[in-house]
Formats: sequence, C-alpha cells, structure tokens
Amino acid sequence: MHHTKYLIIGSSHAGLSALDAIRLQDKEGSLTLVTQESCLPYSPTILPYVLSGQTQPEKVFLRDQQSLDSLSIAFKPGTKVVALDGKSRQVAVQSGEKIEYEKLLLATGAAPKRPPGQGLEAVPHHVLRTLEDALSMRSKIRKDATAVVIGAGLIGLHAAENLAKGGMKVVVVETLPQVLPGYFDEEASQMIHRAFSDKGVKILLNKKVSRVKGAEGEATVKLASGETLLAELLVVATGIQPRMEYLKGSGVEVDQGILVDERMRTSVSGIWAAGDVAQTRGFFESSKILNATLPNAVEQGRIAGMDMVNDPALKVHQGAVALNTYKFFGHRAFSVGMIRAGEGCEVEKVVVPEGFKYQKLVFKGDQLVGASGINSDLDPGILFQLIRRKTYLGDVKDRFCASPVDISRVMMTSMWR
Amino acid sequence: MGKSYQTIAFYQDKCDGCGDCVPACSRRHTDTINPGHSRIKVAKDTEQQSFGVALCRQCGQPQCVMNCPSGALSKDMSTGIVKWDKDKCVNCQLCTLACPYGGITYNTLTDHVMKCDFCDGDPVCVKACPKGALALKQVASIFNSWGDLEDLVVPGLSACLGCNSEMLLRHTLRRIGSNAVVATPPGCIAGVGSVGVNGKTGLKIPVFHPLLTNTASMLAGAGRYYKRIGRDVTMLALAGDGGTADVGFQSLSGAAERGEQMIYICVDNEGYMNTGVQRSSTTPYGAWTSTTPVGAVLRGKTRDAKPMPLLMVMHNCEYVATASTAFMEDYYAKVEKAIEAAKKGMAYIHVFSPCPTGWRFPPGKLIEVARKAVETNIVPLWEYEYRDGRIRFTHPVDKPLPVQAYLSLIGKYKHLDEKQIVFIQEQTDRKIGVLKKFEKAEGKGSPVSSD
Repeated sequence: MHHTKYLIIGSSHAGLSALDAIRLQDKEGSLTLVTQESCLPYSPTILPYVLSGQTQPEKVFLRDQQSLDSLSIAFKPGTKVVALDGKSRQVAVQSGEKIEYEKLLLATGAAPKRPPGQGLEAVPHHVLRTLEDALSMRSKIRKDATAVVIGAGLIGLHAAENLAKGGMKVVVVETLPQVLPGYFDEEASQMIHRAFSDKGVKILLNKKVSRVKGAEGEATVKLASGETLLAELLVVATGIQPRMEYLKGSGVEVDQGILVDERMRTSVSGIWAAGDVAQTRGFFESSKILNATLPNAVEQGRIAGMDMVNDPALKVHQGAVALNTYKFFGHRAFSVGMIRAGEGCEVEKVVVPEGFKYQKLVFKGDQLVGASGINSDLDPGILFQLIRRKTYLGDVKDRFCASPVDISRVMMTSMWR
Repeated sequence: MGKSYQTIAFYQDKCDGCGDCVPACSRRHTDTINPGHSRIKVAKDTEQQSFGVALCRQCGQPQCVMNCPSGALSKDMSTGIVKWDKDKCVNCQLCTLACPYGGITYNTLTDHVMKCDFCDGDPVCVKACPKGALALKQVASIFNSWGDLEDLVVPGLSACLGCNSEMLLRHTLRRIGSNAVVATPPGCIAGVGSVGVNGKTGLKIPVFHPLLTNTASMLAGAGRYYKRIGRDVTMLALAGDGGTADVGFQSLSGAAERGEQMIYICVDNEGYMNTGVQRSSTTPYGAWTSTTPVGAVLRGKTRDAKPMPLLMVMHNCEYVATASTAFMEDYYAKVEKAIEAAKKGMAYIHVFSPCPTGWRFPPGKLIEVARKAVETNIVPLWEYEYRDGRIRFTHPVDKPLPVQAYLSLIGKYKHLDEKQIVFIQEQTDRKIGVLKKFEKAEGKGSPVSSD
C-alpha cells in the first residue's frame, strides 16, 4: 500500500496553495498529490479562454513536471478517489489501489449541476468544467448554427460570448430577472446585458426551461412560457455542486459542501477540506456558505496547508467574501463584497452610461462593505483589503467617496505593508 | 534558507507628489510619455497633503502569482522579480483583485494588465525621484551571505523565553565556523547548555568551560598550543559581564596587554542573571538588582557601570566594538572585522544583551529594548581599530530619544524618580561627549600612548 504523510486530493488552486504552504515548513515529509485529471495541474478559470482560443491547452498548466519534482512530491494524475475511510486513514482509488495517509486535504472541487426534471439526463449537452469540456465545446462551434446556453452566470455568459464570437446565433435562458445576480446589482447587470444584446446575443430573463429533448446537434429547449428553442449546440451552465460522492460512509460531515471550521478542519480528525468543495463561514454571514471562487480556493488551501504543518504564522479564516473579475466584449468588471445596500447601508454610485462606466461603493457605518465596477479605474485588490480589514473610514469617508482611487491608494500606502 | 532581494522602498514623508517618477516609467516602457503606461501610480490626498504610490512590491509570496489561473505570473527566485508573461496571460484580471497594493493594474491603452519589471535592476523611477522618496533597498541581505552557513549549536537549549544570548550564540558561531575552539565560563551562555549536560556539549565544535576567573588566560594557552603545532584555529571566548568585567578582568587585561590572538565577546546583561540577579560592575546606575534593592533609603545601584569597551581600547586591542542585537547587520560586520583582527591580536566585542528575566520586561520586547538603548545613546554603537587609532560611530544617532524612552520599558528602572532620570540623561550625554573626543583622535596607533 502506498503510504504518505500528506495526501492532497485535487491539483487546482486549493490543492497547490496547500502544497506550497506545507513545503514551506516541511521540506521532506512524503507528500502525494492526486487528481482525477490525466494532465498537469490547471485552473477551471482558464477554460473560457481555451474555448475562445485565446490560449492553447498546452499553455495553461499552473506547474510543469520539473517544478513539481523540485518539491519532491509524488504527483499522480488520472487517479480518481472513490472511497475514504477516516478511521484507518485510507483512501481507495478507482484502480483498486489504496493510499494510506497521515493528513489528508480534500480539494476535490465541484462538478456542473444540472437542474432535475427537464430531461437533461437523456440529451447530449455541453458543460464547461474541464479542459476536455472546453475542447469539446470548441470543436462544435459552427458559423450561423444556433446555440442555447442555459444559465446566465459567469460560466454561461463566458460560453455565450465565445460562441457568438465564433459566429453562432446564441440564446441565453435565465430563470432570474437579471444576469450575474451573484456579483452585480440590477443596474450594472443591465449594462452587461446590453453589451450582449449589442453583439446579437439574446438573453431571455425570467424564463424557466420545462423540457429538453433531442439528440446531439439537434436538441430542442421548451420553455415554460411556451416558446421552443432549437439548439444545435446546447450548453448547461446552471451552477456547480461540490464533488463529494466518495465521502459516503466516511463520517465526514457535509451540508451543501464539506463543513469546515476556521482552520479548514473537517469533522474527522486528520482531514481538511478547501476550495470549491468546502463550506466555510461567510465574511458577512454567520452561517456557513459555499463560495466557489479562485481567490477563496487559494486562501483556504493556504490555511489548510499551514494548519496541516502547524505553521505558527497561521491566521484563521475570516470568512469567504464573494468576489470576482469579469471581462466581456472588451469591457471589464469586478465585484467585491456586498452588491446591494442591506439594512443600515449607504451607497455611493457613479454611472456614466454613455462611457459605459459604472462604479458602486457600499458602506455600512464607517466601513466599506462592497465595491463593484464596470470599466472603473478602482483597484479591486485595495478595496478588497479595506473591506476585509474592516478599515475605519471616519472623516476620510467624504474624501474617499469623492476620489476613491487616490484616497484608497494613499490609505493603503500608509496603512499596510 | 531564505534569500534577500532588492526592492523599491517608498518613504511617504519625503514624497511631495511631484510625480516625476510617472513619465520616467512611461518613457522607459513605451518610449512615450503617457501616465496611462506608468507602472507606478502616484496618489494624492490633497486635503491632507499626503501621497501614496501604487507599485509592485515584488512580494515574497505574491498573491498575484497564486491567484493567476493561466500561469502567466511567476516569481523569479534568482532575481526576486515577479514576472508577467504576456503570451500566457488571458487578461482575466484576477491579479488586480488579489494584489493588496494596486501593484498590477489595467492599462486601458494596451488593453492588458501591466506591472513593474524593475528595469533590469536599475529602476528609472528611483533615479527620477528628486526627493529621495523612492529608494532601492535590500533588507536582510545578510541572509544571502550567512543564511546557508551551518548552525553550530544543537537544538533545544534551556534558555529563558526571549533570551538574547541564544540568538547571539547561534549567529556568532554560524560565522566563526567549525575551525574554532570556544571558551564559555560560568554564566548564561554556559548555563543554557553550550557546555552541555550528561557529558555531551551543546555545540557542534570544541567547547570548554574555564573558571569564571581565567577564561582569557586558558584560551590564550590553548591558542598558543595550536600555533606551536602549526594549526590556524580561531580562539573564541563568549563570556558574561561577570566573567569579563569583575572576577575575570585580570586574566582578560593580561591577555589583552600581551596581544593574545583571540576574539573575546562579552555578552553584557548587566549583572549575574543566572544566579539570582545580583549586581555586577557593569550594572548601570539606578538599576534594581537583588543586591541593589529598592526601598525607603536605597533606590537601586548607586554607582555607574564600568566602561568596559573603553577600557579595552586603552589596552591597545587590535579591534574593539560595541553591538546590539537590534542591529544585526552592524553586528555581523563587526564579527567579520574581529575575525581578521584576531589573526594579529585581541578583538573584543561588547554586546549589549537585555535580559527579560532579570530586568523584568516581557520576552517579546527584547528587540525593542535593544533598539531603544541605541536610539537613546545609552548604548552607542561604535568600533575602534588600532591601525587608525580612533573610534568610529557605526550607527550615529543625531537626534537621540530621551533616556526615559528606554528606561520606561524595563522593570528594573520603574522606581526611578525624576532626579535619577535627569542624572542618567546627564551621564548619557557626558559619555557620548567623551566618545566623540575619541572619534576626533588623530594619528596612527592608540589615542593613548602606544609602543
């Protein structure tokens, strides 16, 4: 049986950032990194850019073999974990092999979620979660053919944009009344919506899919409102769900994801979880939430890795903040923290529709709690720090609202190292 | 071991917001002058007249690199520069969300992110800054030269929490190397385990335990033996202030007068800290110890400390220096000089060594105490080389803090009344004045008569 001191399942951002944190403290302890993917580590975030052809599959890897070797680890691609026994500290992989570990990190990420009851099980369709998915979808782009994208989240919109750029006639179907509800308010999402409409992408809001039928290349999507859409290419982007099927019988406590504490420890001793699979406390919420974003995966993986080696510099997780950047049709957008003013919040907004510019700051008392922008000059990273350090703005607040780029940079210069 | 790299430091108080760095950066990278191309951004808070810069810090663990999904950003471990590969970048901008400093920004003119590339090691913004607000700095550069040297002290010494001596012992031996014989007389350095327990020593090199009285003479004898058999070995004494300035003084004075070839380091914690905190001849005026108590009549020690380093200058030593562990680079430079000087005669280093246990301050304040002592001129850092015969201040303090900034940190001074503090201030000023006279001494040899 393969024995290893540290076992990391999953080789994307959470896994790699844990790997680095472990190796910073323990250069020699045996470490095994497994992934069900058959290639070197890569990020799911890169996939829309593989789909668009902006980058090539051979260029996307986060580490090469040499850099993995230099960390003296055993890297095992093509290794799918199917079962976990937390008592005897063993995992079983699909080939039948068993791996014995002392400390285990579950960074198994998430898989596409399909809405049930619409017949999607029987209809061939595309998703965007793996390199293979991206290449497969890319190979199906045909000029003037019709494409239907179900879901107007980040993945759905990225797919729609790239299919449209490939000359397809694209329709996006969304059940909610706006695009990207997780990151932008109504006003900003309307601007994004407009950019899509201007490029000929049709986005249908408030529409439920009732039935999907047909075969590859000729699917039909029937909406609850009565219309039927022809989908020569059908893309499902209705969100993702943590990959935890191998946890059955392991005793690891799960809810929507794997429940972890502020050190990314699961309910079973010797097992940590981080990244898209983990359900952690939220920064603004007291409850535990899923937050499948790249920066969260990096942060959580680092905390898990530091805790696995008892790094004395560990600072516990302050809670996940919703955040992302988004580039569409030559425009750029970002969102950090709260996007709508909750109770006791104030909003400072700058909208320049003709310049296609939008900027919104949300405050609670003397603190910044949210910022979002389209084609804005704000530094998202500095604002993120102001939010998460709960920086007291006090009498700076008026000046901050008047010139947020300058004042936030001056504050950063004098306040943090 | 870690590596230290150059970085661009920004001094906020010196910046007047002139912005000369911006066109310099733009021209360097695009041959045009357009602030949009500048990798350094100057920010102004006009009401407060304060300025800031958004500029890449070339971080040790760069957030931008860790958050890049395309592998376009990487840290070059040979130069320390965080590099951006345009060919791999997909323009997702997650780096701008990850960087806390605004160090990587979106350039709308090129439709790409951009960041500082350090101008091949010679940043134009630093050269363009007329106020010295931008400077090329290399901190902790000692790691590059000393970091890979072997720690010659075993793990698990029994030093008190926050002990200055353990740090000093490890760092000193690292540089002295294994071709050495170490003498550690009774005192903290021996007590923490350098001479070991159960017949095993705490050092990985030869160490012996002389009497408190005869460290310098035993080491001199051992050194002469090695010389006779033709072996070039460094002789090193690591002694406390008791073993140096009190009962060990006659053997040290004799060895110094004879010009014995050795490095003698006095680790001065101003008293007998491992036997119950009794006063020694280097305990300063006013300090509480168990033998200079504080009560209705007595208010700590009534006499001032013996000026050991100056006495050693008077002995015509090859090299004499003072040091403080808050200024390690200064100390390292002095150890280097001592190694050379000890090939000709005696090199003496007097290290100020605050003791959390005996002086009554929290262990976490050690370095602050060691730093404040220098910044108040209580412990001036200087060195003396026989060949040029004068004292040179290695960390001159032009605007010293009042002595109270140092005294107030330490429990052994907490009883001091205003008169005592004024006296300590006067003595400190007087002693600096004396040293400054030695700084101006002229001519080869010693400021005192020399043969």
